[in-house]
Amino acid sequence: MLNSYTETSLHYDPDRCINCGRCTQVCPHAVFEHGPDRVELAHPAACMECGACALNCPVKAIIVQSGVGCAWAMIRAALRGKDMDSECSCGGDDDTCCG
Amino acid sequence: MATDQQKRCSCSPDPGAPSNGWCATSRPTGEIRTAPRTVTPADRLDHLLARLGWKRSGHRVEPGLYRLGTPTAGSDVFASANYTLSFDALRSALAGIDAWILVLDTHGINVWCAAGKGTFGTDELVRRITAADLARVVSHRRIIVPQLGAPGVSAQEVARQSGFAVEFGPVRARDLPRYLKDHTATMAMRKVEFPVVDRLILAPVELVAALPLFLVAIALWFLAGPMAAGAAVATILAGTVLFPVLLPFIPTRDFSTKGFILGGIVALPFVYAFATNAALPVWARGLSALTVFLFMTAVVSYLALNFTGSTTFTSRTGVKREIFRYVPLLAVMAGAGLVGGIALGVSRLFGVL
Repeated sequence: MLNSYTETSLHYDPDRCINCGRCTQVCPHAVFEHGPDRVELAHPAACMECGACALNCPVKAIIVQSGVGCAWAMIRAALRGKDMDSECSCGGDDDTCCG
Repeated sequence: MATDQQKRCSCSPDPGAPSNGWCATSRPTGEIRTAPRTVTPADRLDHLLARLGWKRSGHRVEPGLYRLGTPTAGSDVFASANYTLSFDALRSALAGIDAWILVLDTHGINVWCAAGKGTFGTDELVRRITAADLARVVSHRRIIVPQLGAPGVSAQEVARQSGFAVEFGPVRARDLPRYLKDHTATMAMRKVEFPVVDRLILAPVELVAALPLFLVAIALWFLAGPMAAGAAVATILAGTVLFPVLLPFIPTRDFSTKGFILGGIVALPFVYAFATNAALPVWARGLSALTVFLFMTAVVSYLALNFTGSTTFTSRTGVKREIFRYVPLLAVMAGAGLVGGIALGVSRLFGVL
C-alpha cells in the first residue's frame, strides 16, 4: 500500500544477453548490473521506463513500454478524451511539464 | 557535389592551423558556427528566464555544427540539444577543451525530455551528422552523446546509418573533463539523482504555472475573508515549493499520499483557527474546519501528484496506477469541500452566520 511503484513494464530475457553492457551504460538508475556471463537485473523497481536500455540493446533482450511518468500530461490527455499512453505534452510549443 | 566540396575546403579543419572562427556563412548546410567560450550576463539572464518558465520553448540555439576553441580533425564531437541551458552547460563544462559540438533540433527542449519525445533521437542525429558533413570535418568516427539522450538514440542504428560510433558520455556535462581522461564513466556519473538544488530550481516554474490559483485566493479574500485567502496561498505554496523541497523526507512512496500528509500538516493551523473561531456557532466552526481540511489536503495532494512529471524517477506504470488509485478520492474530497464551502457561503448570505 501507498506504493504504486513496485512493478513496471520492464522485461529482461537473460538468455539473449551477450553481455555487451550497453544497458548498464544508458540506465540512469542502475537497474542493470554487470554479472559474470551476462547482465543482471538488479533493481527492477527502480526502473522509470525511459526505454534507453531496450532501444540500445543490440539483441533485443530487453522490452519495456517506454513513456514519461507525468501525471499532468496523462490526466490532461484523459480529460481531452485522448489515449493516456500515447499522449505526451513534452516537445511541443504548448506548455510542457518538464523543464 | 564537386563544387560543394571545394567550398567546404575552407571549412575543413586543418590540423595545426588556427581556426578562423565564422566561415562560409552563406552555405545552407555544412555551415560551421563558433560557440563562444564564455557564458555572458545575457546568457545568464536567458537561463533565469528559462527557469522562471518565460517562453518555455523560446530558449534556443541554432541547430548544426559548432566549433568550440580550435578543434582539429582529431578532436571529439559532442552532441547537444538546441536548448540554451543544455548547450551552455556543455560549452561551460568543456572549458579549455577544443571540440566540435553538434546541436540537434529539439525545438528548444532539453536533452532528456527531447529524447523521451524522440526529437533528440536517432533520425535527427543521423540527419545532423550528414548535414554537417561530419565525416569530412573529422578524421575519426566517434560522437559523444549525453547519456540522457539514450531513450531517443539507438547507438547501433546510428552506427549503421552514419558510420559514427555513439559513445554515451556522463549524465551531467560537468563530469565531462573527468570522463574524457579515459572515456569511461563511473557509476556515480551514470546515475541520475534529484538533489535539493535540482528540486528547488523547479519551484519557480511550478509557481508560475500555479499563478492563476492566486486569483482564487484573491476571490476568497472577498468571499470568505483573509483567513480563507491565507489558506489558499498556503495551499499553493505547499504544493509548488514546500513539496518539491521536502519530497524525500515525507513518508510513503506515492506522491498523492505524500501530498496528503503535507497538506494535512499545512492545514493544521487553519483548521485550528476555524475550529476555535468564537464568532461562529459550533456547527459552522466544525464545517469550516472540515472544509478547509478537505480542500487543502486534496489540492496539495493533486499538486504533488502533478510533480511526478518533473521528477527524475517516476515510471509511467506507477504514475498511472497512482492516478487511478487516488484521483477519484481526491475529486470526492474536493467536491465535499466545495459543498461545505457553498453551505457556509449560503448561510452567510442569508444571515444565518
